Amino acid sequence: MSTFYFAAPDALLGWLKKLAADYRVLAPRREGRSVMFRPRTADELTDMDELLRRATASPKGAVIPHSETLVRFSSTKDAENPARLDTTLDAPCGDVPTVLFGCRPCDARGFVVLDRPYLEGRFKDPYYAARREALVIIAQACPTAFSTCFCHWVGGSPAGREGSDILFTAVDGGFVLESVTEKGAKLLEAAGFASGEDRRNEAEAAHRKAEASLGAPSTLENIPARVAARFRDEAFWIKETEKCLSCGACTYLCPTCQCFTITDEGSQLDGRRIRSWDTCMSPLFTLETSGHNPRTEKFKRMRNRISHKFSYYPQSYDGEYSCVGCGRCVVSCPISLDIRQVVKHAVEGAPEAVAEAAPVPAPKPAPARVKASSAASEPASPAGEPKAAPGAEAAPKASAKSEARPRTGGKSKSGKKSR
Amino acid sequence: MSVLSGKELRIVGFLCNWCSYGGADTAGTARAAQPTDLRIIRVPCSGRVNPLFVLKALMNGADGVLVSGCHPRDCHYSAGNFYARRRLEILKEFLPIVGIDPARFEYTWVSASEGQRWKEVVTSFTERIHRLGPAPKWADVTPRYDMPFSAPENRLEPIRPLGCGANPSLPELRESIKKALAEGLEGVLGWKAGFDPLHVEPVFMQTPEEVDHLVWGPFNVHNLANFLPQYKGRRIGVVVKGCDSKGVIELLAEKLIDKDDVTIFGMGCNGTVDLNRVLEKLPEGASVEDVKCSGNTIRVTAGGQEYTVSMQDAAQDKCRQCTNPNAVLSDVFVGPRVTEPMPPADGRSGALRFLDELSLEERMGFWKGQMERCISCHACRSACPMCVCRDHCVSDARDPAWLTREDDVVQKLFFQLIHAQHLAGRCTGCGECQRACPMGIPVFALKQQFGRKIKQIFGYGAGMDVNGVPPLLAYQVEEPNIKEHELS
Ligand code: SF4
Ligand code: SF4
Ligand code: SF4
Ligand code: SF4
Repeated sequence: MSTFYFAAPDALLGWLKKLAADYRVLAPRREGRSVMFRPRTADELTDMDELLRRATASPKGAVIPHSETLVRFSSTKDAENPARLDTTLDAPCGDVPTVLFGCRPCDARGFVVLDRPYLEGRFKDPYYAARREALVIIAQACPTAFSTCFCHWVGGSPAGREGSDILFTAVDGGFVLESVTEKGAKLLEAAGFASGEDRRNEAEAAHRKAEASLGAPSTLENIPARVAARFRDEAFWIKETEKCLSCGACTYLCPTCQCFTITDEGSQLDGRRIRSWDTCMSPLFTLETSGHNPRTEKFKRMRNRISHKFSYYPQSYDGEYSCVGCGRCVVSCPISLDIRQVVKHAVEGAPEAVAEAAPVPAPKPAPARVKASSAASEPASPAGEPKAAPGAEAAPKASAKSEARPRTGGKSKSGKKSR
Repeated sequence: MSVLSGKELRIVGFLCNWCSYGGADTAGTARAAQPTDLRIIRVPCSGRVNPLFVLKALMNGADGVLVSGCHPRDCHYSAGNFYARRRLEILKEFLPIVGIDPARFEYTWVSASEGQRWKEVVTSFTERIHRLGPAPKWADVTPRYDMPFSAPENRLEPIRPLGCGANPSLPELRESIKKALAEGLEGVLGWKAGFDPLHVEPVFMQTPEEVDHLVWGPFNVHNLANFLPQYKGRRIGVVVKGCDSKGVIELLAEKLIDKDDVTIFGMGCNGTVDLNRVLEKLPEGASVEDVKCSGNTIRVTAGGQEYTVSMQDAAQDKCRQCTNPNAVLSDVFVGPRVTEPMPPADGRSGALRFLDELSLEERMGFWKGQMERCISCHACRSACPMCVCRDHCVSDARDPAWLTREDDVVQKLFFQLIHAQHLAGRCTGCGECQRACPMGIPVFALKQQFGRKIKQIFGYGAGMDVNGVPPLLAYQVEEPNIKEHELS
């Protein structure tokens, strides 16, 4: 049962300051023109406007830091026998209790997307689990959608509660705070806020207003199978990726991109084994020790990014996408690539997906050139061109398996070493 | 731990095998007393000293770095030290912008027989470093997050009137591209409308319909020269603004693309915007419904409201001082050429003016604060037309590992130093590195620092001449603008 509270801005700030004594409080901070989630001290928690800003980068660093030390190692040589090493290992696993304040509902859902590969299945990632366990998420219901927001295409909403422990909504003169989970309820009980029951309808009205500010809902159907059916249509991916710089900014800003690499840093005798973010948009991502690289061209990398989010992940996890529609990759892409359009083009022009087709080798689809629509606002799209379909029907879902990809339960990638 | 720890400073010396290392040996054999702070690394030639060796040492806490090679004209490999002289001189001039005292770095010449001179060089350099004391540590400086030079009131006045109105020659440009496609070009790189009326995106136009959607205006920010190497060997065209054309020229000069493959279409440019300067006028995240440009005013309709922004406010910094608004090289130039202004008396960007006013330590603090938000995506690199190593960037290599993969300010800034150093004398000033940065980090200033020093010393600007040679890939036996640095 959710409980509702009301807090004036000063009361909310006062509460955050108190929380800062017992928790690491991650909250938005302005840096240049960017806004980042940073650990904030009680003294810094003063500017409500700053704390309500939407962050430029996602908050995923709270559970998968950009880089983290998995193991520290240091060795000393045995004075008697220099060939012998005495090695000490130290695995710093665990995290301080942390409050993440002010992320948006899409960000909060992002953590749920990350939980599946990191916590479900045969192996549970202890580093991730410790951080996740220590984390309380206080999300802000979006006052209004951005033009790049599409949470409603992928099952979210500007007031979605999935992933949050507490959801707060700005109303006239303050905030309505709603407990979503046990963790959140405990935190709120101790806060000493007045009841917000009587302001619930205001919060709900704000939610409806935000929902109404979203763009048109998606009309796309059967996305995972159709994106999979596109796998062999290289001409399509080449066309869609022509302008991409293959930089990977999209994946580093994304709240759900979850891939990492593991490297040893320092010297062989004294160093650190670290895990750091990696991106499928980088050629190094798939570079094998032999020198072979299955994804030398950028279109193959983009195909992986889109397919992972809209086809592989849903196939592994009950149809859930690994995209929460925050739009950061759209806002911040240096060449304004719009993932919504890529998915739309992939789905609409796709050969009719034969999801259950036998895994026979698919004939190469005719390189149907997809006409790019001239402007995103223009609904004219390749969907209207039935000629894109012939010859491509037999590129079944199974064809996507021709490239190694994660299976259910595993991490999407583990232990890859850069060269 | 050495008995002298606490008294010694960390000085790294790169000595060439044939002269200076011999000179140090001679000094040793003669039992000349000399300070012991210097740690010597022997290299085949001073020409082998990658400036990144020096930068890496200084970034990682060396208190001083000394490079010593054979005297000019005495190089064992005849010209190694001539190249070294140019690189190291430019490097020394670069250092202050990141807050490193240039006195902490020196290069000089000592021959194998000059034991006495070696002793004097080491003694005087060590004394100098002791006078300076231990190098300030990145961990100790106070980070600074703001960028005052980017604030509306501090933006530089453009040196010519900028505009954003429709270019009447656009239909003619489209026609000439269609004609070229009909005559056999495989495609032409241009711009089309993006996901909203403020965003424009690159497009490889292959059909007349696609050409009909070509746009030209203040939102055509991308430098399409970036894409050319990926079409190498295919006959294509590219539409350029003045600044973009310099990228094409530099690629041609470095023989990274072939002139026979590329047709250059140009039109006079009236300036482009820094999109963030338009967005800052709108409510956060507003849906942009319409954009109308006329004269020098951009009218944006968002959420039913109209907002106006002038080009004066919104122009990119590079456009404010641009002296080449027309393609420097083109096969097809459409419409009238816009008037090219005289170079400004003070050619420094707002960022450089700001940095020049800071103390060394404040500059360290500035870069520390800015790089903190770097996400290491390397979009700056991917967007740079002159970052031609693409999938083989040294910063990605693990052996040698120039960088660790740690999320650490020193690592992230060092990546920027690699980019800047590799662009020294090659950067055409398109500013794409900075524009592409999703975190809004002013990384272009680092390239501008190299750029202005190269201009001062070698009178060279990249991207102006297909027969030009970047100064760091060349040398003169007598360098008129490089003085000997006397150490003894
Ligand atoms: S889609 Fe955009 S952000 Fe992502 S790799 Fe391509 S250019 Fe970079
Ligand atoms: S730098 Fe010059 S040519 Fe380039 S966009 Fe600005 S005004 Fe146009
Ligand atoms: S583009 Fe910006 S955030 Fe990305 S690596 Fe370069 S400086 Fe860092
Ligand atoms: S370093 Fe930056 S300004 Fe220079 S050419 Fe590259 S992208 Fe352009």
